[in-house]
Amino acid sequence: MSTRTILGDLMEEAKNIVGPRQDQVRDSVVKSIFQAAENIAGEVVSCSSPGRANWDRKIDNIITSPVWGFPSMFGLLAVVFWVTLSGANVPSAILAEGLFWIEDRLTDLFAALHAPAWLHGFLVLGVYRSLAWVVSVMLPPMAIFFPLFTLLEDSGYLPRVAFNLDRFFKKAGAHGKQALTMSMGFGCNAAGVVACRIIESPRERLIATLTNNFVPCNGRFPTLIALATIFVGGSVAVFPGSAMATLAVAGLVVFGIAVTLLVSWVLSRTLLRGEPSSFTLEMPPYRKPQVGRVIVRSVLDRTMFVLARAAVVAAPAGGFIWLLANARIGGTSALAIIAGWLDPLAGCMGLDGFILLAFILGLPANEIVLPILIMGYVCGGAMTELNSLADLRQLLVDRHGWTWLTALCTMLFSLCHWPCGTTLLTIYKEQRNWRWTVAAALIPTAVGVVVCMVVNNLVRTLDWV
Amino acid sequence: MGLTYQSTGKLATREIFNVPASIRQPVVALAGNPNTGKSTVFNALTGLRQHTGNWPGKTVLQAKGSYIHDGRKYTLVDLPGTYSLLANSVEEEVARDFICFARPDATVTVVDATCLERNLNLVLQVMEITDKVIVCVNLIDEARRKNIRIDSDKLSERLGVPVVTTAARSGEGLSRLLDVISDVVFGRVQPKPRLVRYTPEVEEAIARLEPGIRALVGGEINARWVALRLLDGDIKLGHSLEIFCNRREPVRAAREVLV
Repeated sequence: MSTRTILGDLMEEAKNIVGPRQDQVRDSVVKSIFQAAENIAGEVVSCSSPGRANWDRKIDNIITSPVWGFPSMFGLLAVVFWVTLSGANVPSAILAEGLFWIEDRLTDLFAALHAPAWLHGFLVLGVYRSLAWVVSVMLPPMAIFFPLFTLLEDSGYLPRVAFNLDRFFKKAGAHGKQALTMSMGFGCNAAGVVACRIIESPRERLIATLTNNFVPCNGRFPTLIALATIFVGGSVAVFPGSAMATLAVAGLVVFGIAVTLLVSWVLSRTLLRGEPSSFTLEMPPYRKPQVGRVIVRSVLDRTMFVLARAAVVAAPAGGFIWLLANARIGGTSALAIIAGWLDPLAGCMGLDGFILLAFILGLPANEIVLPILIMGYVCGGAMTELNSLADLRQLLVDRHGWTWLTALCTMLFSLCHWPCGTTLLTIYKEQRNWRWTVAAALIPTAVGVVVCMVVNNLVRTLDWV
Repeated sequence: MGLTYQSTGKLATREIFNVPASIRQPVVALAGNPNTGKSTVFNALTGLRQHTGNWPGKTVLQAKGSYIHDGRKYTLVDLPGTYSLLANSVEEEVARDFICFARPDATVTVVDATCLERNLNLVLQVMEITDKVIVCVNLIDEARRKNIRIDSDKLSERLGVPVVTTAARSGEGLSRLLDVISDVVFGRVQPKPRLVRYTPEVEEAIARLEPGIRALVGGEINARWVALRLLDGDIKLGHSLEIFCNRREPVRAAREVLV
């Protein structure tokens, strides 16, 4: 007799024994286990005073309270951004200076070796320069943001965020744990997508996956922070300026969360209809984070990992962009020609062709969008060295006519556009369905195009610029 | 958040299900409720840097690492955190199937010292699947701070399996845990789990099913537990069992060739 039939018989027999009392059997089994656990625990555990447990509860009463929950959450978010923003400026400038000094030495070296101009251009102005940009723009904010975020994670704050946001996600027809996967998305959307596995229901997991991209990941934070600092906070990081820039970034994040909820709501009423499932989320006790280890690990593991990934993508992309920018077709660079094609659409969205092209070429990793943009701008005209955000401001505003509206639309599009290649690949791996993977790219892009067009046209109609 | 080498799945093992493990090196599984510090124990033992964080459900992938103790190499598998093994969710299924079918040489069930009662539910269920259980009462430092005392000798006696108290974050108790694991793996200590007795009705039903199941699965899988699962109408386990039984013959043959 085959295994299947024996097993089938056994299962049939089990069914016969249990009869219609299936639920009762399960209840009885579970009850016996719980009873045994209770008895044993009663015998071996002794507790002299509740002590610190009350302390946990007191904190919880504040940060998960209906009144103070949200202000405290927003406040904490703002503090994290403010520390990141104001702390990253100086090291960023120092790194940029150092790395561009090396670029000059490399140039000298190439000159001394009588290397051909195209080789110098490709390797130094293309590959090296974009690497230098990625490192100097990304490293400092990451090295500050990651440890701060990890501290929050380690202390047990994240589940409280999920608790606070639960009712919103429920109203949006999504799973409350989506707040957790969303939080993971702040670090890296690919990690956020993997974290969606904690959501059991396939429908809600898919919603969480498709909307994860609406929170800015670490590859996009530097872009947001740089633009916010230049256009909102002024180019100098004095207190009021950086506080304003902080609020702008925090505001963008809140906007991203709002979009997440809205898109989840739409999805759960159209493509992915269904009721939100209930779940229990344990509030873990607050634990003192292991500060030293957190800092070392988050810098070494996360920061270096993300940076290395960005660098691996940035180096060839930099070379490629340099080629595009310097390959002349009828007197104009290929880059400018492509940017010209994109101009009409980009114009409607408050961007220009170069910005849109930078986003498109930045598909492999969001980190390289800003470096590509700068290279596109710089390669077109005379070479400038960009050592600081002040130089960047000059490049964008004086040479390429950026207004605050351009910056706002760029930031909004950065928040709402297709996920990076890694994330898309992860989505495909998780869902094993290319249709949903395409949807994961199309949905945020459509949202981004619409949002940018509305904002751009509204502001222009109202004559605010 | 941590898109690290481990969490992107390079170390996640599906293959391990197919590896007749005891031929090569001992395999030790780490089970436990979410947020009891399994991953911290895992990291402390393996020196790996599986991402840890204070929120339940963080280990979505099963991570594998290894360590050397007394000159012998052990494979350590960090199972996803679960509250039970009733296969209500994917994590529970993964954890259960691993303990049941990959048959680790020892299963360390990590429990939170500050809420032992709830954690014991899982321990009792793990003990139903395998004898080779070690209970690791973790976060003992936190329990001390909260003035919670746990009589680990008594716990060990009541459960019939070895109990080790640890504070994995500071490394307290880990060397003893390693000793106890090797004792269990090599049979120097043979846990005799004291299983939950169910209502007479359920016990009678188990007794009726058990012989047939034993004839089918042999001594490799706990027939009592399978009977209980079948009574619970667990169809998923039925499928897994079928695969297991069909694969057993080739695996056994492979084992004979390799040994």
